[in-house]
Amino acid sequence: MLTFLAKRILSGLVLIALIPSLAFVLMRAGSSDVARQILGQTASEEQVAARAAALGLDRPLVSQYLDWAGRALRGDLGVSWFTNEPVAQAMATRVPATLSLVIVTTIIAAVIAVALGLAAAYYKGWLDRVLQVLSIAGFALPGFWLALMLVVWLAIDNPIFPATGYASISDGIGAWARSITLPVTALAVGAVTATAQQVRGAVRDVLQQDWVRTLRARGISRGSLIFKHVLRSAGVAGLTVLGLQFIGLLGGAVFVERLFAIPGMGQVLVTSTAQGDLPLVLGVVLVTTLIVVIVNLVIDLGVGFFNPKARLS
Amino acid sequence: MTDEILRVDDLVVEFPQSGWRKPPFRALKGVSVAVGAGETLGIVGESGSGKSTLGRAVLGLAPVTSGTVTYEGRDISHLSRRRRRELGNDIQVVFQDPYTSLNPSLTIGDTLSEPLTQAGISGAEARRRVKDLLDRVGMPADSVQRLPKEFSGGQRQRIAIARALALEPKLIVCDEPVSALDLTTQQRVLDLFIEIQERTGVAYLFISHDLSVIRHISHRVAVVYHGEVVEQGDVDKVTTAPDHPYTQRLLLASPVPDPIAQARRRAERQAVIRS
Amino acid sequence: MSSEFTAVLPIGKPARKRGSVVVRALRNPSGLVAGVVIAIVFAVAVLADVIAPYGAQESDLSRLFEHGGDGHLLGTDGAGRDVLSLLIYGARSSLIGAAIAVGVSMLVGIPTGLIAGFYGRWFDQIGTWISSAILALPGIVVLLAFRASVSTSMWAAMLVFGVLLAPSFFTLVRAAVRSVRNELYVDAARVTGVSDARIISRHVLTIVRAPIVIQAAMVAALGLMIQAGLEFLGMGDRETASWGQSLNEGFQNIYRADHLILWPGLALGITIAAFALFANALRDALDAADAPRTPPAPPEASSVDPSVVPATTGDLVSIRGLRIAYGSGDDASEVVHGIDLDLDAGKVVGLVGESGSGKTQTALAVLGLLPDGGRITAGTISIDGRTTTLTQRISMLGRDIGYIPQEPMSNLDPAFTIGNQLVEPLRRHLGIGRREAEARALALLERVGIPEPERLMRSYPHQISGGMAQRVLIAGAVACEPRLLIADEPTTALDVTIQAEILDLLRDLQQERGMGLLIVTHNFGVVADICDEVYVMQMGVLVEHQAAGDLFAEPRHEYTRALLGASLEGGPSRRQREKEQLR
Repeated sequence: MLTFLAKRILSGLVLIALIPSLAFVLMRAGSSDVARQILGQTASEEQVAARAAALGLDRPLVSQYLDWAGRALRGDLGVSWFTNEPVAQAMATRVPATLSLVIVTTIIAAVIAVALGLAAAYYKGWLDRVLQVLSIAGFALPGFWLALMLVVWLAIDNPIFPATGYASISDGIGAWARSITLPVTALAVGAVTATAQQVRGAVRDVLQQDWVRTLRARGISRGSLIFKHVLRSAGVAGLTVLGLQFIGLLGGAVFVERLFAIPGMGQVLVTSTAQGDLPLVLGVVLVTTLIVVIVNLVIDLGVGFFNPKARLS
Repeated sequence: MTDEILRVDDLVVEFPQSGWRKPPFRALKGVSVAVGAGETLGIVGESGSGKSTLGRAVLGLAPVTSGTVTYEGRDISHLSRRRRRELGNDIQVVFQDPYTSLNPSLTIGDTLSEPLTQAGISGAEARRRVKDLLDRVGMPADSVQRLPKEFSGGQRQRIAIARALALEPKLIVCDEPVSALDLTTQQRVLDLFIEIQERTGVAYLFISHDLSVIRHISHRVAVVYHGEVVEQGDVDKVTTAPDHPYTQRLLLASPVPDPIAQARRRAERQAVIRS
Repeated sequence: MSSEFTAVLPIGKPARKRGSVVVRALRNPSGLVAGVVIAIVFAVAVLADVIAPYGAQESDLSRLFEHGGDGHLLGTDGAGRDVLSLLIYGARSSLIGAAIAVGVSMLVGIPTGLIAGFYGRWFDQIGTWISSAILALPGIVVLLAFRASVSTSMWAAMLVFGVLLAPSFFTLVRAAVRSVRNELYVDAARVTGVSDARIISRHVLTIVRAPIVIQAAMVAALGLMIQAGLEFLGMGDRETASWGQSLNEGFQNIYRADHLILWPGLALGITIAAFALFANALRDALDAADAPRTPPAPPEASSVDPSVVPATTGDLVSIRGLRIAYGSGDDASEVVHGIDLDLDAGKVVGLVGESGSGKTQTALAVLGLLPDGGRITAGTISIDGRTTTLTQRISMLGRDIGYIPQEPMSNLDPAFTIGNQLVEPLRRHLGIGRREAEARALALLERVGIPEPERLMRSYPHQISGGMAQRVLIAGAVACEPRLLIADEPTTALDVTIQAEILDLLRDLQQERGMGLLIVTHNFGVVADICDEVYVMQMGVLVEHQAAGDLFAEPRHEYTRALLGASLEGGPSRRQREKEQLR
């Protein structure tokens, strides 16, 4: 088990080191006129050159990178070129909103999808067919289109939920819950249907295994068979799917945050991309990579729990 | 034994094991056997004995760590891909599983003409040969347009035999070719093997875990246990009055389809175990 | 699969080859609709210049945000452009973007997958790592970062998206190649000397063709989605008409221009759904093509020999007129055509036949464990003289009835220890605590001949050998002292020396505990070793029933004689037969 984990941690560290570095190189290499962008068209050549020097853009790429990497390791991610806000601070205030959306959606999706997928695989019949149709619908309808419809219907035409804005938990659970209901619903529809379909497939495969029949021949209770044995074996696939969904939801959150004006990482990414505010973009890339690596590690731990072969060999 | 066409000397086959610092797995620990022209050498052993590895090494599908495989005087232990191709005219194979030894998405005609195309024969000549091959194994001519899934296990094995015969080889390695077939089918396919051998003089390296099958088809027998040949000799000797205790155990472990004879054999076996 | 004794050569037209998966997908109603929609969208995109009423950038500043009617069928947008024309030209840019994504992902993913799968080693390792690294990141984050740093072109973004999706083709092709690489027909081709290139093109690509098409349809749908998404976020090219940009505009003017959300939204939704549905129809067509053909209809059941019907009823198990069928309605096919069988307490009955005889089906029917789609259509199964229902028999499982399956390794739950799997039924049926159940399990393992029972209790199934596993399964079957034991080919999957030991064990246990044993087998040697009575089945029909000694001495039915004759045990060797022929 230890070697298994050690390999995965190493892999994760390589990813954390590699991706943001790659992003950094690409960004610096491609941005010659950032200073111009910041100061606008009216600034003079000298002003632009001075700003470029102040931002360190005229030094060789390698030294810029080492500089940045050194500071990043100490937690200093630089400063936004447009708002002068420290990037690390900007991330710290935005991450909770995004994580609220993604984590809540994942939990809801997990519960509903496992129940649906399990039932569809076990009872078959009409439930199975309904799930099939739903999963195609869920895949085909773009999440942000659905979110748009939700906003129009439940926030503008019938103002039940707030159309925009985010209330953090510290403002009260009720307000927080109301502010994330519509965005979570929009995100959850796609996540639930995709996950349910995978869970159904995994459970169906497990149910066809010989050992399930033999366990039934031993006379164990149906509850134990399904919830102790079958779910454990389907757990690997289910967990992997959930992990993928979580990552996908990080992407989906970008759209949903824009639609509902929620101050999360996605919103920062969109605005800083439009403006060319590279330190912020880099900050989002770094934090996203970190989250991805952590999620994958958790999944690997879970897989090890579900699958003794992976754990012991 | 008639003229030797295949000779295996001190063959060692090792496979690397996953996980670092684990020593490689020795499937064969120095095996020596020989096959005469037009004869059948039976290789009998249980699972994990290395019998299949021996066959695969002769075919070039398993790596030779040390020792030699000699065919008609030529060392074929480490042939290049191109040289192997030329050898395809002489050494062929029939595998155990009739369900996966034929590509399920190719028609029988495509599967049978593949070796012919390899040898540069195509067109009308290839078609004629394919029809002839099907004839020889007792399959109808319209099989060429059909897919493997339309045939039963025994019928597919016949087609696999036809494929092996396409280039008129001198030696066929048969890796448990009847183990996956029903009893009545086994008998017919074995008879087909024997008939082909008598007609064309091809030699067989016949691998099986079933001693009675080996006895039925082999002229000489080699018994493999944990990667070593523990006994080798003429079929009558090895399968009736073997010397080695493992061969004796093998013999006594096969149940006889006769209650009285089986009770006797069982008593004999249990006596051997107790001693 | 029927035995060669009655195997029929295939008749009629040959089965269609795989190439027609697409055609079959179009036969499916949803596939047809999806296909038509896709074709229409393509046509619209190609003929845009011809069919659009206005130019894409043609704007009339006097008519902003008008709803449908009066020269503009679907209204106008914030720059006075015709919405219908925007939709039509939007189709073009959407399809181009999707095409770029699909093209690039296939171009990158397929060759790398082929090489990684076929040649393996370091290329495979690196490729797999890169592939999972790419899949690990949310696409939109990467695309936005790319846009911020390198290029604002939408086509460049779709190219990057193609690279981001290449891993899906990579894993697909790699998995297909790896599965095929180890197939016996590839080995056979290698022995013939077929070159790698030919093996790949002939054997691998034919298998992987259809899944690639399915994946391409999915990637197209994803490409459309992400492109619209990027445009919706305001990253689109102002000069080009696109659905996403229209959606963006609609959103920003949501209170007065909801028609701008409706029409592009519909177009987008329908097109994406069409690709997804088409992919689905393709997948269904592929699954149907892989399904085995229905077996040929069995021959007419001949009249039953009266000697076959038992005179008295068995006191432990009694089966009368049992019929088992699969499927329903017109597709139903019967596999067991009315058989009668008796088993007395403490006796051993052998049920013999080749594959397709229905012997395993009969055994599973008694247990109440027929696979999906199978059901008893007629007949009764009585236990202890009383007719039983399915539910009653199921409630007896593990307690009064024990089951020993054929394949030892696949019949143990891989996620739990051996001990756990033995203890759970003991606790449930005997109502005892964990410690007592563990002690009993240990005793059982010792009884079945396991050398180190404590260690085995803590082991997982993948850590033990086949022979050990079968002993564990036997232990599990007899754990609660059942009176009836049903064994389905318990020795077939084992080596012959282990087979003999397992048979010894079974015989001892049966005699020790006085259990009735129904043993299903195709091996007459096993029957001779352990059975008191024998029933012979062929193609779902009972053809013979005798006491064991009588059956071997004087088999009555020709099929029994053929089976006994086909056994090679104790027969003449090759040399002996050749000497005979020379005389």
